[in-house]
Amino acid sequence: MTTAAGNGHPSSCLSASHIVTALYFGGFLRLDPKAPHAPDRDRFIMSKGHAAPILYAALAEKGVFSTDTLMGLRKIGDPLEGHPNVRRVPGVEASTGSLGQGLSIGLGIALAQKLAKNGARTFVLTGDGELDEGQVWEAAMAASKYKSDNLVAIVDRNHYQQTGPGDHVLPLEPLAAKWQACGWETYEIDGHDWAQVVGALSRACETKGRPTAILARTVKGFGVTRIVEDPGNKFHGVPLKAKEAEEAIQEIERA
Amino acid sequence: MNIGKSIGLELGQSTRFAFGEELAALGDVFPTLVVVDGDVGNSTRTEVFGKKYPERFFNAGIAESNMVSMAAGLALSGHISVASSFAAFLTCNAYDQIRMGVGFPHANVKLVGSHCGISIGEDGPSQMGIEDLALMSSIPQMVVLAPCDGVSTRALTRKMLEYVGPVYMRTGRPDVPVIYKDGAAALEIGTANRVREGKDATIIACGLMVAIALEAAAELAKRGVECRVLDMHTVKPIDRAAIVAAARETGAIVTAEEHLLDGGLGSAVARVVTEEAPCKMAFVGVRDTYAESGKPEELLAKYGLTTAEVVAAVERAKR
Repeated sequence: MTTAAGNGHPSSCLSASHIVTALYFGGFLRLDPKAPHAPDRDRFIMSKGHAAPILYAALAEKGVFSTDTLMGLRKIGDPLEGHPNVRRVPGVEASTGSLGQGLSIGLGIALAQKLAKNGARTFVLTGDGELDEGQVWEAAMAASKYKSDNLVAIVDRNHYQQTGPGDHVLPLEPLAAKWQACGWETYEIDGHDWAQVVGALSRACETKGRPTAILARTVKGFGVTRIVEDPGNKFHGVPLKAKEAEEAIQEIERA
Repeated sequence: MNIGKSIGLELGQSTRFAFGEELAALGDVFPTLVVVDGDVGNSTRTEVFGKKYPERFFNAGIAESNMVSMAAGLALSGHISVASSFAAFLTCNAYDQIRMGVGFPHANVKLVGSHCGISIGEDGPSQMGIEDLALMSSIPQMVVLAPCDGVSTRALTRKMLEYVGPVYMRTGRPDVPVIYKDGAAALEIGTANRVREGKDATIIACGLMVAIALEAAAELAKRGVECRVLDMHTVKPIDRAAIVAAARETGAIVTAEEHLLDGGLGSAVARVVTEEAPCKMAFVGVRDTYAESGKPEELLAKYGLTTAEVVAAVERAKR
């Protein structure tokens, strides 16, 4: 998709691949593709909006819209914009792309789900660089205050942001302790291990009385050696060339 | 406050108190209404709603960014969502959250900023919302309201909740003169209200400046100049027809606002006048400065928001 568009953030999508797949196809997100606006649906917010392509791919694969539309990504007139637009794409639950806001919007939705007493949940995927934003911690404290046990934050901990390693840009550690200090049930997992991803999501859905944060250790560009082995992070916001993309797909299919 | 006394206006409720009481009064009329506040509910007056409907009221703490995005999430779930703090903190601190969560998705969020203008007094410039109209007008499709008294604030609060889509309303701290002593139920969003007839010039005002404009019009009448006065309670979408009629029928327009001259009511009116019916204009507002601590009327006098300033502006526009 990003190769066809000529730009985009494929490496940021790949680090979230297991998480998004588990949510949509692992039985966690209750979403009827024929009724994507049903009031009692579970919600997923892609707070790291630059990973929009993997969200679009999941929604298309789920049947919310046709996979034929995916190559329209980032083209003028097409609803699949560079970052998700809630007004244009069914299944997109919030407009994101200005980092740090998805968890707060998710909290508002989670509060509404509680008011509606419909048993629905909200899952928010944030980047780790995104946690630089102070608003995330405002939301973390507020969700704890409201005992939002139907709210699950999943952190795509790939350790890289736009200009380099996050630990150099703005150190986040001790990250689990931060979430715990805010009152969240917290799990640290390997974000590319199916059993661990599914296990953590299962426990999150059973937790009562407080929200859950899943810190998923991930690899930017997971599955594509060319990106993973790029120490300079030069693939952030850069698509693969057509031939590279073909090789990458073959590599992923072999795995 | 002595504003309006010279023309027999009675002092009434502040616009923030009127908003708070009306919001609580409408809780059963709008069952999906929820309110989020940034820990200033006793100032914005949302606490009245909060006490009556605790399960539908959320004190988000002193965290306006999270508050606005939470309100957006509630609105995206089908609620009419009110988010309130001081105008300065709401519109300045949470501007990007308003852009992303309210404007861009056209969410049904009603932003209400109290302590607008400089008439808040002693707390000083850090607490004064003097750029809120400009900031909120720069959000595409945002409705921007600036009611002038308690009566019209109540009417516009109801209209705001009936309207589907993003709205910003500013309210003020001090008790203000009653302009609509016979009620304001006929007010409509987007339609200016003529509060005084006149053929020689038009004063277009919003908020507290409507009372000051009426005083100025009375003073000018003594000098043989009859001013039309428009309560432009809706700054966006601006009532183009009323402005064009004022320009054509009275030939001179003065705007008066408790806001910076940049990007507020005056700018919006000037654009319509320039495009459709050019005429001489003059502007009364805060001129490219922050104010300071002081008593409300001392501040209004020092920063040029007075009857005398409006009179002088009309005379300039008529020259």
